[in-house]
Amino acid sequence: MRANYNVELASGLFLLLGIAALVWLATSATNLGNAIGNDVYRITGLFTNIGDLKPRAPVKVGGVTVGEVEDIKLDMQTFEAHVTMKIARRYSELPNDTSAAILTSGVLGDRYIGLEPGGSPDVLQEGDEILITQSAIVIEQLVGKYLFNTSGQGDEG
Amino acid sequence: MPQNAVELNNLSFSRGSRTILNGINATITEGSVVAIMGPSGAGKTTILRLISGQLRPDGGSIRIFGRDIHQMNRSELFAFRRQIGVLLQNGALFTDLTVFENIATPVREHTGLPEALIRRLVMSKLNAVGLGGTENLMPHELSGGMARRIAFARAVALDPSLMLYDEPLTGLDPIAVSTVSRLIRETNDALGLTSIIVTHNVVQMQKLADYCIIIADREIAGAGHPKDLADSDNPKVRQFMNGEVDGPIPFRYQSEHQWSLTG
Amino acid sequence: MNASHFLSRLTDPIAAIGRCGQFLLRMIAGIRPGNRLAISSLQQTYLVGARSLVIIMICGFFVGMVLALQSVNALQSFGAEDQASLLVGKSLFRELGPVLTALLFAGRAGTAVTAEIGLMRATSQIDAMELMAIDPVHRIALPRFLAGLISMPLLAGMFNAMAILGSVVFAIGVIGLDPGIFWGKLQNSITFQEDFLQGVLKSVVFGSLVSLVAVYYGYTSKPTGAGVGTATTNTIVVSSVLVLIFDFILTSFFA
Repeated sequence: MRANYNVELASGLFLLLGIAALVWLATSATNLGNAIGNDVYRITGLFTNIGDLKPRAPVKVGGVTVGEVEDIKLDMQTFEAHVTMKIARRYSELPNDTSAAILTSGVLGDRYIGLEPGGSPDVLQEGDEILITQSAIVIEQLVGKYLFNTSGQGDEG
Repeated sequence: MPQNAVELNNLSFSRGSRTILNGINATITEGSVVAIMGPSGAGKTTILRLISGQLRPDGGSIRIFGRDIHQMNRSELFAFRRQIGVLLQNGALFTDLTVFENIATPVREHTGLPEALIRRLVMSKLNAVGLGGTENLMPHELSGGMARRIAFARAVALDPSLMLYDEPLTGLDPIAVSTVSRLIRETNDALGLTSIIVTHNVVQMQKLADYCIIIADREIAGAGHPKDLADSDNPKVRQFMNGEVDGPIPFRYQSEHQWSLTG
Repeated sequence: MNASHFLSRLTDPIAAIGRCGQFLLRMIAGIRPGNRLAISSLQQTYLVGARSLVIIMICGFFVGMVLALQSVNALQSFGAEDQASLLVGKSLFRELGPVLTALLFAGRAGTAVTAEIGLMRATSQIDAMELMAIDPVHRIALPRFLAGLISMPLLAGMFNAMAILGSVVFAIGVIGLDPGIFWGKLQNSITFQEDFLQGVLKSVVFGSLVSLVAVYYGYTSKPTGAGVGTATTNTIVVSSVLVLIFDFILTSFFA
């Protein structure tokens, strides 16, 4: 009976360890760890250029992830990118003059949306649109601008 | 008037082109202990496997308690096997289970008895084979004779009406041989079973069996009370019963293509 | 004679798949939900799961370290060693975790199951069970099969966890990458819905393949010492090949 008990103990330990490993992997090594849950509200923004921003990219305020990009569409009136973000309900105190910028983490890192809160006493509601947006910095354009500017300076001088 | 427990009618069986049994006829009456004997490779174990339904005969039929077992489908056969206890060569205990669980396995499977009752039943079987107190041992901790007796307890756990034994005495020391033969006899008489023993232990069977069937050369060479068989007219039977080298049962392997020096 | 021999070499593997499938159906037909099957399956996880744990954890740890070393080496030439955890995570979750675990599982647990059942066949325990009117496919094969099915995803999880730890030890401890970037990159690039669940699904499929092959070859082994040996070899060869074939099928299915 004793030998049998040890076998049961060992397989019980194995099952617990295995489940613990899976749970640990899922919560701390995948994006499940920074999932924002289901209690969210949605805000939108129009950007002239989103670079390579993708759905599920994080939305951050001061470096803290508060939500994620849910959907990206092309607005057929303005031909701008229409981005829907979902923000966790616990960050519902964002002022309605908050601005949004598409930023890059590191030089080669992924795109994310950085929100910069303004000073308005009114807060963003479900479905509101962020009016002040800043597009992604696209390296090719940056290089082009730089070349254009230096050649212009050369003409003046 | 005792009934026939097992009837073999014109039974034949072959493996590929090799005929193993040919036209076996025998009846085994209820309550008797019958030995099936014969030289190694004569098809004794095959008969046992035919009776237990593990093999299908090529011809003839087997009736056990009046029912033809090869007319049954698989589930009927499985249901019928609850009446048959089998002790295989070397016992075949389940090596991953304790002695207790070995004996309890058929009981649990076929009865819905509560655990307390199963425990009592298993312990009574264990005590009947004189091995009370071994219930928590694993099979590898048992001696050969003990393992055989545990296997015996497991085979009779469901109180079968027919017991089949395949070489129950082989590989045991003389004391264990006597113990197991006494168990076979006493259980048979106390519970009113019918027992069929396949063996080549002539000496023990002369003491134990009520009736002997000798198989040689694919056929029944002789049958009768063991004491009479030693003086049989049939030279094959006499050779086997007395253990002689010279006789009609050949020493050499009988190949299909005999070597011929003159050919 | 020769032509039919050649033909049978072509049809034999197909017939073997058919027999395996029949065996699987016979096992599934024997599933009677209840305590007894659950208990015996959980007990079998000791043989197939718990006893494979140490080897799988050790292998996982070293695979993680090697992955970190190779990723950092390759990415350093672009100055992108910050992306190392992405490479480590993706290859572990999607491929190496399930596949290597399945191969180790076949070698450790699969062969043990085949040898155990083959030995039961050789010592007539399976005969004895049939004579007791107990179906050995349900009693012996099914719990071992289910135990393999339960154990594989858990073992693959342990393998991945140890591999992540190994890569953390090497990348952060030895090379000196920033822990925040390493973990952040990992969490942002490994998706739960795709990478994690695909890996779990793969390990479930591989677990059932290896277990089916192991119980099948054990159950059908010849009742001799040589027969058990052949069956054990067959288990590891056939299940390894099947795992790699199904890995390709599943990966191209997801992609």
